Amino acid sequence: MIADFGYGVIVVTFLLALFSVGAAVYGALAKSYRWAESARRAMLLTFPLVTIASFTLIYLLATGHYELEYVYSVTSNSMPMYLKITALWGGQAGSLLFWSWLMSAFASAVTLRKWERDREFLPWVIVVSSVTLAFFLALTIFFEDPFARWWQTASGEVAAMFRPAGAVPLMPSDGQGLNPLLRHPGMIIHPPMLYLGFVSFVIPYAFAMAALITGRTDDRWIRITRRWTLVAWLFLSLGLVLGARWAYDVLGWGGYWGWDPVEIAAFMPWLTGTAFLHSVMIQEKRGMLKQWNMLLIILTYDLVIFGTFLTRSGVLSSVHAFAQSAIGPLFFAFIGLTLVSSVSLLVYRWNDLKAEVEMKSMLSREALFLLNNLLFMGVLIVCFWGVIFPLISELVTNQKVTVGPPFYERATAPLFGALMLLMGIAPLSAWGHSTFKTLGRAVWKPALVAALVVVAIFVAGIHNAVALIGFGLVALVIFVTLYEFWRGAMARHRRTGENFVTALWRLAGRNRRRYGGYLIHISMVLMAIGILGMQVFQTETQGTIPQGGSLALAGYTVTFDSVAQFDTAGGRNVTRAVVSVYKGDQYLGDFHPRRDYYYESGQPMTIPGVRSTLADDLYVILVDWQPISAIGATFKVYHNSLVNWLWIGSLVFIFGTLVAAWPEKVTSGG
Amino acid sequence: MKKSGFGRVKFIVGGLLILAAVIYLIASSTQANAEYFMTVDELRAKGSSVIGRDLRVSGAVIGSTIQYDPQTLDLSFEVANVPGDNKEIDAQGGLAAVLHQAVIDPNRAHLKVIYNGPKPDLLRDEAQAIMTGHLGEDGIFHVDELLLKCPTKYEEAVPQQVNGG
Repeated sequence: MIADFGYGVIVVTFLLALFSVGAAVYGALAKSYRWAESARRAMLLTFPLVTIASFTLIYLLATGHYELEYVYSVTSNSMPMYLKITALWGGQAGSLLFWSWLMSAFASAVTLRKWERDREFLPWVIVVSSVTLAFFLALTIFFEDPFARWWQTASGEVAAMFRPAGAVPLMPSDGQGLNPLLRHPGMIIHPPMLYLGFVSFVIPYAFAMAALITGRTDDRWIRITRRWTLVAWLFLSLGLVLGARWAYDVLGWGGYWGWDPVEIAAFMPWLTGTAFLHSVMIQEKRGMLKQWNMLLIILTYDLVIFGTFLTRSGVLSSVHAFAQSAIGPLFFAFIGLTLVSSVSLLVYRWNDLKAEVEMKSMLSREALFLLNNLLFMGVLIVCFWGVIFPLISELVTNQKVTVGPPFYERATAPLFGALMLLMGIAPLSAWGHSTFKTLGRAVWKPALVAALVVVAIFVAGIHNAVALIGFGLVALVIFVTLYEFWRGAMARHRRTGENFVTALWRLAGRNRRRYGGYLIHISMVLMAIGILGMQVFQTETQGTIPQGGSLALAGYTVTFDSVAQFDTAGGRNVTRAVVSVYKGDQYLGDFHPRRDYYYESGQPMTIPGVRSTLADDLYVILVDWQPISAIGATFKVYHNSLVNWLWIGSLVFIFGTLVAAWPEKVTSGG
Repeated sequence: MKKSGFGRVKFIVGGLLILAAVIYLIASSTQANAEYFMTVDELRAKGSSVIGRDLRVSGAVIGSTIQYDPQTLDLSFEVANVPGDNKEIDAQGGLAAVLHQAVIDPNRAHLKVIYNGPKPDLLRDEAQAIMTGHLGEDGIFHVDELLLKCPTKYEEAVPQQVNGG
């Protein structure tokens, strides 16, 4: 009964979303304020309705209604309450409903803003939001219904919303439970972050489409959505970083990013989104790249839909599963439809979007921004190629082939290097016109200091070319950025007579976007330190050692003391080893690498013992053990240099983005 | 006017150079790092022409050939040919049946593989091994990454407890 109620609410919301599309289109075309207002109210009503449907599902999850297929597949009696609730996004059907929930929330938030100056945008923003919402609700209603129940029929068990002929309901007393790998705090907030990022990118896209349809193609849509876009980008970035951290903590392979197609699916909209954040500044400042910005936001929107599909549908374990999943073709149809209609609109308005001034100098700020955009597109093409190459190869040559991390690393490293170089140079170049001479005059001081850093690293004994180039670029970006802060603060100090610290504070406060952006640059190169450390210096060893035996790696000694096996709450059997770790002769403490075995799902989970410092992490995994024989246990030990800087960089990144997105104190009419 | 025409050419050339660089990076990295999926039969047919290339081979594990030294972590076993195409596997009665047939059929091509690392729990008779590595001069497949699938583990989960009502 409760499930029927939840399902009914979704159907009503779906119809309401369709109504709001129709009313908004009619209202806009007939210039009828009443119809547009009616569409707006319908849009506003979707949020409480999807909220009711979501709470219905949460209630069913929390109270163990295992007669529902979705509840059965993601929860079990032994799971703690917070996991039962967060199982809302633990599987595909639930996460599609969650997506709709966020979509309706954001669309409602947007329709509540003050619209006086932008009346003509409103109906079209509603159309785009409602079409997107209706699509996801339709998937929930017709294909991935979280309220579907189990039925026993003559030919076996089936899951369906309504009773098949001659079927009796199935009432399992317990569920399968959430995949143990997903029972981690990082994994509980990682999907919502990613989804928040995904869904909030729909809003700038909706405004872009509204601008194209209404022909109001100035930068108004960009100014309205600037903060939305930054917040969307922040969430998407956080989602990626949390996923990396989760992989590092629980996947037990000593890394954080595997160039898995699912990761790439979330990374691609980040790439276009990042390019978009940069290039909108050129449109605001110089009135250029208008067509390009439209293209970027269209791409971002469709990559978001594509990413949602790939990250949750599980089709990627086998590319052949596409045909078996009914929602695959639908996603592709939706992506195709929105892509074709958006690009057609863009072509229709192409001449209205011509640049107001022509780009002249190859070294001007706008030219370097354009170059930055092209490099991001380059990384995107590499990623896209890596994902589709297996499909193409099989279609064309009938040869199954795949590309792994070495492909992505090799192809993207020079592009990331070039992006870092731009991060170092672009802040010093001038708008409009720059020459080698003017740019050289600004760059040489930080570049010289960076070169000295490279020499120092070389003398210290690191001769790896990638490391030298990488750390040189990191140093360049840090010095240029600090130099920019210093230059700005000194100028203000001289002009106003404020002391240096006050000048720095006020400077950043008056120009949050710029200095927040610089902080983000610093955070990116801090992350680059961690990534370089892992790529270049990571070492590992493994071995089976008896009690009292040791493994040595990078100056550390890991001694195996004991191993114990016991049951704990939550249906787990834990095998926990105790190893003592020494650096040279100095005792650092005991690690407890362990392996948890989940009875109900039959899945193991490997949790490393880690000691983390700014210089390196020592990461010990319990691989195998022989409880009775004298052979002992097998351990894998990783020495992960500098990896902590990846997480430190992430924190600086959040701070920088908040600075950039924080509302300015003085709101000029802009 | 002339000058701005020149300016435009400059940017187009610059853009094309970047595009060329990206294409070069993709092409050369694909060339160097593509991993080819092969069945044991295909690998036998290609023979020495694929020695040293990155390959991904799938086969049915022959339980009686598994040898493991827990001290050195040296692991070796043989796999029998199974079809690479999912449709073909379905046509022959599903993965479990195909693996079973492959193991008991004495006429199937076998491939010896070696691996260094802890022995996976799922490595047993009639499991499907998906191995990434390269073929050595010795005709033995040297595995860098070993994935195992047991058909029963992947069956569609349906509820056990039934309480008809």
